[in-house]
Amino acid sequence: MGLREKLNLVFVGHVDHGKSTIVGRLLADTDSLPEGKLEQVKNNCEINSKPFEYAFLIDALKDEQSQGITIDAARVFFKTVKRDFIIIDAPGHIEFLKNMITGASRAEAALLVIDAEEGIRENSRRHGFLLSMLGVRQIAVLVNKMDLVGYEKSVYDGIVSEYGNFLRGLKVEPKLFIPVSGRNGDNITPGNNSMGWYSGKSVLELLDDFIPYESPVLKPFRMPVQDVYKFTKFGDGRRIVAGTIDAGSINIGDGIVFYPSGKKSRVKSIESFNSAPGEMMAAPSTTGLTLDEQIFIKRGELAAKAGEKQPTVSSMMRVSLFWLGKMPLMKKKEYILKTGTFKVPMKLDSILRMIDAESLDDCTGKDQVDRHDVAECILNLSKAAAFDLAEDNPLTSRFVIVDDFEIAGGGIIIESLDDRQSWVRDMVLLRNYKWERSAIPLDKRYERYNQKSMLILITGGKDVGKKTLARALEKSLFDEGKFVYFLGIGNVLYGVDADIKVRDRKENAEEHIRRLSEVSNILLDAGIILIVTAIDLTQYDLEIIKTTVNPESIEAVWVGDEGSTDMKYDLYIPTIENLDEAVGMIKEDLQNKGVIFRIW
Amino acid sequence: MDHLDRLENIGVHIIREAYANFKNLCMLWSIGKDSTVLLWLTRKAFFGHVPIPLVHIDTLYKIPEMIEYRDRLTREWNLTMIYGVNDEAIAAKKTYPDGTVDRITCCRNLKTTALVNTLNGKGRRFKFDHRAGEYAVDTNKEPFTGVIVGVRADEEGSRSKERYFSPRDRQSEWNIGDQPPEFWNQYKTDFAPGTHVRIHPLLDWTELNIWEYIRREGIPTVSLYYNKGDKKRYRSLGCWPCTMPIESESASVDEVIEELKSGKLKNIAERSGRAQDKDDGGGLETLRRDGYM
Repeated sequence: MGLREKLNLVFVGHVDHGKSTIVGRLLADTDSLPEGKLEQVKNNCEINSKPFEYAFLIDALKDEQSQGITIDAARVFFKTVKRDFIIIDAPGHIEFLKNMITGASRAEAALLVIDAEEGIRENSRRHGFLLSMLGVRQIAVLVNKMDLVGYEKSVYDGIVSEYGNFLRGLKVEPKLFIPVSGRNGDNITPGNNSMGWYSGKSVLELLDDFIPYESPVLKPFRMPVQDVYKFTKFGDGRRIVAGTIDAGSINIGDGIVFYPSGKKSRVKSIESFNSAPGEMMAAPSTTGLTLDEQIFIKRGELAAKAGEKQPTVSSMMRVSLFWLGKMPLMKKKEYILKTGTFKVPMKLDSILRMIDAESLDDCTGKDQVDRHDVAECILNLSKAAAFDLAEDNPLTSRFVIVDDFEIAGGGIIIESLDDRQSWVRDMVLLRNYKWERSAIPLDKRYERYNQKSMLILITGGKDVGKKTLARALEKSLFDEGKFVYFLGIGNVLYGVDADIKVRDRKENAEEHIRRLSEVSNILLDAGIILIVTAIDLTQYDLEIIKTTVNPESIEAVWVGDEGSTDMKYDLYIPTIENLDEAVGMIKEDLQNKGVIFRIW
Repeated sequence: MDHLDRLENIGVHIIREAYANFKNLCMLWSIGKDSTVLLWLTRKAFFGHVPIPLVHIDTLYKIPEMIEYRDRLTREWNLTMIYGVNDEAIAAKKTYPDGTVDRITCCRNLKTTALVNTLNGKGRRFKFDHRAGEYAVDTNKEPFTGVIVGVRADEEGSRSKERYFSPRDRQSEWNIGDQPPEFWNQYKTDFAPGTHVRIHPLLDWTELNIWEYIRREGIPTVSLYYNKGDKKRYRSLGCWPCTMPIESESASVDEVIEELKSGKLKNIAERSGRAQDKDDGGGLETLRRDGYM
């Protein structure tokens, strides 16, 4: 039994440009209405002595389908000989823009309605813009109410030229322009056309020309990691990396690289529940993979296939976004950005241009993005994310911004910008890519040493007793049988860093930090609890270290007076007058984080 | 990839998103076909495991086969099974079968109130002890902040406006007029303290899709859905005083599907056997705003 093809179609456009009339007409002229509906609505109009309008049909259907709640995008079912359609009649009123976006984001094709008499209006443009951003690539334009302009070809041509240029400015090639009259039925179905100068397709014929969405199976493989499952409680030893494939395909034996960490492994198996394990999986499937080597990865990473084009990694990006929040998008305020399964705090760095709904020109002088604005901005993430650019892979270029628990905006990434850590990250990506893994997994080392590896950074002002504390902590942990090492900074400076001559130059200072981090990373891989002290570490220094060392394996401790730098620490020790107490504070924090365990 | 695969993929993706984002997550299992498909999708999502506790609201008026089926699958699939019941209303005889309240009030007492109190931990929860083979009072009283529910948009009006991730406020109420936007595959997974989120992985499924999927996957369903010789079967399951069987000869999944596609059920609403919907003006809106599933 063949299952029929389905296509989601959205009608958008400025309020009162006649969307509902066209949909009503389409349903009536194709006999898609429930029996007696047309007569019933016509009768009602007669009784209330108001002229019948086809738009009433939609409202009547909506009433029936939705108990009179018409503020949200309602769905109407419609079929042609070829396939079934779900028509999403999105609200044209600006107040309901978030509902229009919710509806349109699931559409595979869009019909944008423009009133011939009124011409292109604010929402004609805004909706066009949003469709392109939401990824609806198949757009046709219906120039409606041709009867009101005397079926004049010049009016139609004017809109085709102006709106066509607007869409092409968005890199959208409109599929077709059709002059129609929803009220009189011109060009809704074939054979009804009072415009001799138009010989193209009717709306009904156009519908069958749309192509159902196909997942980009030929693009480079992308899978945002949803989770890593290990159901040992149920006696299942598998460690499954689960996710939904956004693009491309993957086979058993393929090399797989996870970003932003750059860690690499090979696909050992493709898991499934009640069917035989497969050899290959492709977009848009949900899947689960086991890997040859047990590398530490977690939710939020973006998986790519070795040998294909890899995603971009950065914490600075140029984006196009729309804003729906009740509060404007402002500089200096912290938001949460979500892309794929990755979630990260972010700030608005700058607004490059406001895309005024009247044109695509610059609209300067604004320093915030208001509700319903569309803008091009630079965003600054607190950690680097992995993504693609919109022109390469739309799905993995998408993001949303969360403000006060709500999704308040969304957009696409247009360009990756170099952030301050990019020079370090490039080296780290290469290092991870080339990393030679030991045959002994880190888990096994943790079991043997009864601890997790950790970098304890003790920092603060001058002469507050950082080294004293570090040595006392080292001894205390050592006495408890822990595998611990205090790395004196001098041991690095005069050995590993011997080639760096001028020590106080800024870029050299950064290189010192990078090398210290690399040394730390090796020692952590050996399973060690590593203690390092440094004067006045800044947040920037910490970011470099975090780019190199897994951020979850870092414990930053500030000793003494606060405020000399901007570094965010995990633990604050005001004074080490009582050394045992200070050591105890750090150990307690380590216990809470599961690095060491209290001996009961 | 056909449309059942697509629906399955979306469902599995959403269940995994819910599992990753909500610490105190549960899934409502009404024993009916929809929430059993949901349970099946969960086993797909987690490769045979069900790491999410299931919650059933018992009214003590459920058709007995439903409870037998529930406890059988609980054992066979090793489920973490919790049920809640409004024992106060039952003790005070504030139910429709007692003749003291109307159907809507009975639904509100035995289902909505029981559900709200089971979710927020204020009511007693009974959890199946797999070693003892019976239910015992659950000591965990933490509120559930994410609740997966098997509602479908095509069931009735208010459900057609639902989002996949739909917030409920501190009183479990739903603000249908001001719902958050939801686009691409990004959902509302952040929530203020005291509120919770309902998650609807089956929103895009139709009744026919559910049956087609049950057939394709061979999902066990409760026998009440089939005619066993008396030319009657249930189309939708609930409490025996308010849920009536329909006249039908369909005795198998195949026959149910045929009946839905071309037979006499083609244009008749699924919940037509539920008397409380009619008392609520044809929809569930009143009950759902208050926290009904």
